[in-house]
Formats: sequence, C-alpha cells, structure tokens
Amino acid sequence: MSDVNCDSWSLRAEQRWQFEPCGDSCIVVEFATVFSAQANRRAVAFSATLHDLLARGLLSGVTDVIPAMVSVGVHYSPDMFAVLYPELLPYDAVAEVLKDALTQQQNLPRITPKRFEIPVCYEGDYAPDLLAIANACDMTPGEVIAAHSGQWVDVLMVGFAPGHPYIGMHAPALKLGRRAVPRTLVKRGSVGLANCQSVIYPADLPGGWNIVGRTPLPMFSPANQPPCLLSSGDQVRFVPITAGEFEQLAVEQR
Amino acid sequence: MSINVIRPGLFSFFQDTGRVGFQHWGVPVNGAMDQDAHALANLLVGNPTTAATLEMTIQGPVLCFQAKALIALAGADLGARLNGAALKPGQAVCIKPGAVLRFEKREYGARAYLAVSGGYLLTPVMNSSSTYSRGGFGGLCGRALKAGDVIPICSSFANPPRLNIPSGLLVGERTSPVLIRVLHGREWPDFSEAARHAFLTEPYAMTEASDRMGYRLEGAGLELTQPKQLLSQSVAFGTVQVPAGGQPIVLMADRQTTGGYPRIAQVASVDLPRLAQLMPGDEVRFVLIDLPMAQQLLVTRARTLKRLEAAH
Repeated sequence: MSDVNCDSWSLRAEQRWQFEPCGDSCIVVEFATVFSAQANRRAVAFSATLHDLLARGLLSGVTDVIPAMVSVGVHYSPDMFAVLYPELLPYDAVAEVLKDALTQQQNLPRITPKRFEIPVCYEGDYAPDLLAIANACDMTPGEVIAAHSGQWVDVLMVGFAPGHPYIGMHAPALKLGRRAVPRTLVKRGSVGLANCQSVIYPADLPGGWNIVGRTPLPMFSPANQPPCLLSSGDQVRFVPITAGEFEQLAVEQR
Repeated sequence: MSINVIRPGLFSFFQDTGRVGFQHWGVPVNGAMDQDAHALANLLVGNPTTAATLEMTIQGPVLCFQAKALIALAGADLGARLNGAALKPGQAVCIKPGAVLRFEKREYGARAYLAVSGGYLLTPVMNSSSTYSRGGFGGLCGRALKAGDVIPICSSFANPPRLNIPSGLLVGERTSPVLIRVLHGREWPDFSEAARHAFLTEPYAMTEASDRMGYRLEGAGLELTQPKQLLSQSVAFGTVQVPAGGQPIVLMADRQTTGGYPRIAQVASVDLPRLAQLMPGDEVRFVLIDLPMAQQLLVTRARTLKRLEAAH
C-alpha cells in the first residue's frame, strides 16, 4: 500500500493533497512532503474548516483534528463510521467525508488570522543564550533582538506539550541549529530559537532550543476556556520589554 | 461518602476513555492504558464505559471504604484481598463501610482497574477525569494517589447487572512471546529489507524504561535505507516509531500529539489492551494485518462492549 502511495505522490500533484492511514483510527491529510509557508497555511485552513464542522455537529465520528506543519491528522471512531456508512470501510468513509470538505473549502472566504503581541524580555537571566545566538549568527545582540521582534510571524503548529507553539519563519539570518546539549530544565515562558523558528515553553520542561528571551504571558492554563493562548494559524509579534516590565506583567498575570 | 487511601501503591491514577478533542493544542489524550479492562470494570457495576476508574499498576494500593458500595476489578490480577479474602477480577461485589481492599502478590498482567458503582466524584478538566501527571491536571489533583488522600464517591446501591463476559475481554496469563497485530506505518517502505524482515520475525522485549507515555522495546536494530528528514505529524495510540538508535518505541496513552521519528508500524487498536498488560522483560512478536482486518476487529470489539452496556 505505502509503496504505491509514495510513487503516486507526483502523479497526484495537481490534486495537492494525499490521504494516509495512521493506523486503524486516524487518517492524515498531507499537503506536501517538505515545509512551505503555503502548505502550512493550507493545513491550517483545512483544520479550521474541520473544527468549524465539528463545532456545528457535522462531523459525527471524528474525535480530534490536529494541524501539523504541512498535514492534518484526523482521529476518528471506526465503529461510528461503520454505523453511519455500513457499505464502506470506515477508512474509506472518512476519506470521502474529508474529500467533500476539501472540495467545498475552495469556495470559502479566507479567514483573517488572529494577532497577538507577545512581550519578551531579552535581558540577563531571561536570555541565557542571547550572546551565543549573536555569535553563531554573526550579529550583535541588538541585531538579534531586532530580527526576532518587530515582524508578524505565523503560529505554524502547536505540539510537543500542551500549549507549546512553533512560530516562524524568522529572517534567514536567524538560521542556527539547536544546542548541542539540550537543557534538562527550561523555565516556563522561555522563548527558544533555532532554524528560523521560535518556540515558547508553556511550562518548566526539558528542551534543546537556544533561549533568546522570556515572556511573562501564560501559554496554557488547563482551567481556562480555551486553555491555550495561541492556535495554529494565529500571527504573533514579539515586543521587547525590560526586566522591570517583565516582573510587573508577571505579577499582573497571577 | 469516600474512600481513604492508606497506602497509594506504585502508580495509581484515575483514568477514563481519554481527553479527546484538545490535541490541536498539544494536549495528550491520556485515558486508561487497557481500555477493555477499564470498560469491563465499569460495566460490571452498571456504570457507563466513560466513567473514571482507578488504574493501578503492578503494586496496588490499600484502600478503606467509608461507605457501602458496589465495586468491581478488571484487568490484571494484582492479588486483591477484600477484608482478607481473595477478590478476583471480573466480578462485582457489595461491600460494607469499613471494608479494606489491599493488594498482595501480583498473579498476572500489569494494570488493574477499580470501578465503583455511581462513580468517583472528580472535577473534569477539559471534559475528562483522566490524570495527566506530567501536566499536573485531571484525576485527583493531577497526580497519582498519595497516602492520606480521601476520594469522594457517589455511591449507588443498584444490584449488579447480570453480564455474560466474553472470555476475549478478560486478561489472563499469556504465553511468551505475546503476539501483537500491527499495520504498516507511514515510513514502512523507507526501512531496509532486513529491518522489515526482523521487525516481523524477531522478538522484541519491553524494557524498564517504559511508561504510560511510551514502551521502549529492545530487539534487532531497525535501520532506514537512507536517512530521512521528517516534519512533525499526528501520531496515535500504538504508533511504533524508531529514533536514531534503531530500537522501536510504541506510543501509549500519555503520548505527545505529534511526532517526527520514522514510523515503521502501528499497533492494531484491538491489541492495545494486550500491550498495556505487559511487564518489563516480557517479549512480543509483531504480526502484520491489513487495515480492513484491523477495522473489522475493532468494530466487532466495540459492538461487544455496546451489547454489554445495553444489557444494564
């Protein structure tokens, strides 16, 4: 099955999506095999369409819709699909439903992304890797901060931990790898930088990204509705703040 | 009405059918590792299968009931004793206030599930009472039981339903290696001929470095034909991924929502309960089936559980 699908990718290029099973209860819609901003936005838009259908009760049997970098994972209940479409293999039934949604989506208006300004302190202990980043990128610390903040960038996906966003793409000058030795503990709110992308650690976690700064904004609170500040497809702009402003905002967030 | 925790056991967590619908924010599904045993414990006391049960791993707790209750155990036999008398999994019993449930010598399996008729009084987080211990939320205070905890229960005095439990739903002693049915993973064609052959013929042992997040297995190394850069994609309960070292990891209930390692296979959902009952050192052998077969097995299993639920 998989051999045939790999070969057929180029044949079906004009269709620009491909279905792949991820076991017996999940199907993945792939929009590309390598990263592109366009494929990411298609994945985000399709996920938004499916979440809208879910919210309106029009996707019976679908339990989770997860946008990733250039694909959307759809978890479903095969026994629900077997009841709804007794003539079809549950996988084929889900694929039909998704194909309809993909076709209809082409007539939908573009969604305007939500925008968030994220205050980031790039000073002292909040930015332990700023100097190393500047050295690796052959820039001054001030140039790193200027390149990292100011621009609107996309939330490419949320994953790894609850409320953990991947944000990008930054200017090509910020193309440095991850740290050779990951940290066993990165403080909550830390903003990591690697490969022209940023992440924000929503809790104290292990991590290997270069820490460029820290935000006092909570990314994830299980009791909140919704629990997560950022979603795939949102846009963020990092805004430099001083250590004093960080501490004041941190108190206000409590 | 409550249950007092005298001793907490090794890892005792409240779990249910999982925290579905929040994975797009990176929230893991969690839920019972052995969904069949979880469902069966609930069905035996007349609860819906979505009610929370107490998942107890390897070494069970000591619990003192402060109220009359109808309870049932399902899954592993962890040597339960109710007021000193053996209590086997797969049956409902009425107990009086002051009754003590303790666990002594494990007989078989790794995870037992305790259901109380009427359910535990827990505050759902994101629509679920499943404990996510890494995130510190869900269940009772987002963590495993501790000595001194008081678990509120909503006791129901209904008579236990009469159920004919199909033997397929009961955990028993298994011969080694345990056979686990799998489907091709997304990157199956990218593994070498030797790796694909080894994966389906050689035994793989569960290592000590296994938990509710993933089972790290040990066996013949699995190599790709050539290195491959992958973008993060959705993963599922039972995804078998292979990091650079070549030893497979099976993603379990507390898995992350997405992953970027090559996926050689996917455990058929119907065999996940069997995997959940393995002990470190136990060996498995993977058997390939196709998607229609896996879905048919799963639909049949779901219908069996629905019939039992309808028999209440």
